[in-house]
Amino acid sequence: MLLSGLASAAAATVVAIPGIGYLAAAACRKLKDQVDWVNLGPVDEFPENETRLKTFVNPLGQPWDGITANTGVYVRYLGRQSFEHQFQVFAINCTHLGCPVEWFPQSGLFMCPCHGGVYYANGDHASGPPPRGLYHCEWRVNSANQLEIQAPHLPTLQRTLRADQPVRG
Amino acid sequence: MFKRIYDWIDFRLGIRETFMPMLRHPVPREIAGPLGWWYVFGSASLTLFLIQILTGIGLALTYVPSADQAYESLLYLNYQQPWGWFLRSLHYWSSSAMVVLVLVHMTQVFLHGSYKYPRELTWLVGVLLLLCTLGMAFTGQVLRWDPDAYWGVGVGASMAGRVPEAGPTIVDLLLGGAIIGGDTLSRFFALHVFVIPGALMFFLAIHLWLILKRGISAPPKAGARVDPATYDSEYERDTHEHGVPFNAEPILKDIIFSALVVIAVVGIAAVAGPKGPSAPPDPTLPGANPRPDWPFLWLFALLALSPPSAETVIMLILPVALILALLAVPLISNRGERAPSRRPVAVLLVIFIYTTLGALTHLGHTAPWSPVMTAWSSDPIPTELIASKERTLSPLQLQGAVVFQNKQCRNCHSLDSIGGKRGPDLTHVGQRMTTDQLIDQVSNGTPGGGNMPAYGKQISPAEMTALVDFLTQLVPLGAAPARTPTQDVP
Ligand code: FES
Repeated sequence: MLLSGLASAAAATVVAIPGIGYLAAAACRKLKDQVDWVNLGPVDEFPENETRLKTFVNPLGQPWDGITANTGVYVRYLGRQSFEHQFQVFAINCTHLGCPVEWFPQSGLFMCPCHGGVYYANGDHASGPPPRGLYHCEWRVNSANQLEIQAPHLPTLQRTLRADQPVRG
Repeated sequence: MFKRIYDWIDFRLGIRETFMPMLRHPVPREIAGPLGWWYVFGSASLTLFLIQILTGIGLALTYVPSADQAYESLLYLNYQQPWGWFLRSLHYWSSSAMVVLVLVHMTQVFLHGSYKYPRELTWLVGVLLLLCTLGMAFTGQVLRWDPDAYWGVGVGASMAGRVPEAGPTIVDLLLGGAIIGGDTLSRFFALHVFVIPGALMFFLAIHLWLILKRGISAPPKAGARVDPATYDSEYERDTHEHGVPFNAEPILKDIIFSALVVIAVVGIAAVAGPKGPSAPPDPTLPGANPRPDWPFLWLFALLALSPPSAETVIMLILPVALILALLAVPLISNRGERAPSRRPVAVLLVIFIYTTLGALTHLGHTAPWSPVMTAWSSDPIPTELIASKERTLSPLQLQGAVVFQNKQCRNCHSLDSIGGKRGPDLTHVGQRMTTDQLIDQVSNGTPGGGNMPAYGKQISPAEMTALVDFLTQLVPLGAAPARTPTQDVP
C-alpha cells in the first residue's frame, strides 16, 4: 500500500517536472530581452513631412513565420530640429483592437477598416472608438545616417512599444 | 454464419447486454407522436460533430500547420488535391450548421423548460458544449491562415490585452511569441485539433450519460408543474406504464432529421464551395478589411458601436456575465411551470436575445460604419446633386465637390445613401447647417475627440471655402437653406 503510493508519487513527479517545465516555457515564451534594431534605410529616402509605409521582416519572429513576419510601420520625417533629424514611427496596429490602419495622404488621416477609428498625421486620436493615439516605435539615426527602429512586438494598450509612453494619450 | 461470429464476439464484449437496455430505455409516449420532432436537434448536432471529426482528420492529412506553408497547403487543398475543396467546404458548412443546431437545441430545451429538475446538470454541461463549439469555430477560423485569420487573432489579443494586470501575460499565452506568427498558428492548431475536441468529447460523454440516467423530459403541459418532491416517481410511473422504447419511433425521427440535415449540408457545401483563404496572410498588405466569421459578427458590431467608455465592460465583463447567466439558468428556476404559454418572461427573453443578436449580426455583416476601403472615393457624387434641370453648380461649388471626394468625407458620410454611415447623411445638409456652422464643424470636428475628426489642419482655406459652398447648396429642391436666427434676412 505504502509502497504503491510512493511509487506512483515518484512516477507522477518524474513525468510532471519536465512536462510542466516544457509547458510553462512554451506557454510563456519570454519576449527577447535584447533589443533588435531594424534598419529602415537612409534618412534622405524619407521626404519631409510625408508619411510612408515601410515594411521589413521582423527579427522577433521564428524562422518558419513566412510572410507573417512581414511587418509594416508608418514613418513620418519631420525634418531637422537643432541639427537633429526628427521622425515619428507608428505601428500599423490600431489602438482599438489592433487592425491595420491605412494612411490617406489626401486628407492627412489614418483610417481603420474595422470599426472606423481615425488618427491625425501626428498619430493623435481623431475620432472613432480607439482609446488613444497610435503606438510610437523607438527610433534612432545611426552614424551612417540611416533610420533604425526597435523591432516592434504586437503592441497592446498595457504593453506599448515605448516604456516612457503614457498608457492613455 | 455471421450470426455465429457476432454471438462469439458479443458473448465476450457484452455489447447487447450493455447497449440494448440503453437503446430500449423507455421515453415518454408523446415522443413517439408528432411532438417528438422537437427532440431531434441534439442528435443532429452530434451527427454534424461526427462529420467534423471525419472531415477534420481528412484535412489534417494535407494541411500544414506552419505559418509559412499553411496558406499554400490550403490552396493545394482547394485546387489540386482531388475532393480537397469539397472536404474544406463540408468542414466549414457543417461547422456553421453545428453552431446553428446547437443554438436551436438549446433554445428548444430552454423554451420547454426541459432544463428543470432533475436535468440541471445536463444543461450546465450543455453550456460547456456550446462554449467548446464556439471555441472550435474561432480556432478553426484562425487555421484558415488568411488576413481575416491573422487580424482576428490580433483583435482577440487586443481584447485580452485590456484585462487589468494579467493582460500582457494572456497576450503572450495566446500568441506564443512577440508577434502573430508560426508559434501562434501552432498553438491554435493544438487547440483546434487536440485540446478543444478532447474537452468536447469529454463533456459530450457526460451529457449523453446524464440523458440516459435522468431520462428524456416529456413535452411540457400547461399546468403540470415540476416539483422535485414528486417529479421522479411520476416520471418513473409515466414512462414505465405508458412509455415507448427509445429505439422504436423516437430514434427513427432522430435518424430521419439527421439524414436531412446531412443531405442539406452536403448540398450547400457542394454549391457554395469552401470559404477562403482570401489572400496570403501578409500583415503589410494594404486594404485589409478584416471580418470575423458569422458566429462572431455580432460581437464585431457591438465593438464598433459601443461608446469607448462602455467598451472595456463589453469586452471583458459581458462575455463572462453571459456565460454565468447561461450557467445560472437551471439554478435560478429548476421547478414550476415548463410550458412556454405559462412562461412569458422566458419567451420574451428568447425573442429579445435573438432579435438583438440578429440585428447586431446584420450590422456586422454590412458594417455601415466603414465602407470598403477602396470604395468610397471612387463612388462618384450622385449626378442629380451636381447637374440637373433645376440645379447648376458654380465652378467653386464643383471644386468643393472634388474636395469632398478627395478628403475621404465619404468614408463616414453618405450622399443619397451611398457612403459611410458613421456620420450623418449629407444629401440635405444645407438645410440643417449654415456656412459658419459648417466651417466650424469641418475644422474643429466633434469637440473632445468625438465622432468627427477636426479637418482644420488637413484642409487649406481655399478648399474649405469651396467645400462649404458645395455643402450649403445641398438642400431639397425648392427648400430654403438653413440660417441662424440672428442673421439678417436679405
Ligand atoms: S480596430 Fe481600429 S477602430 Fe477598432
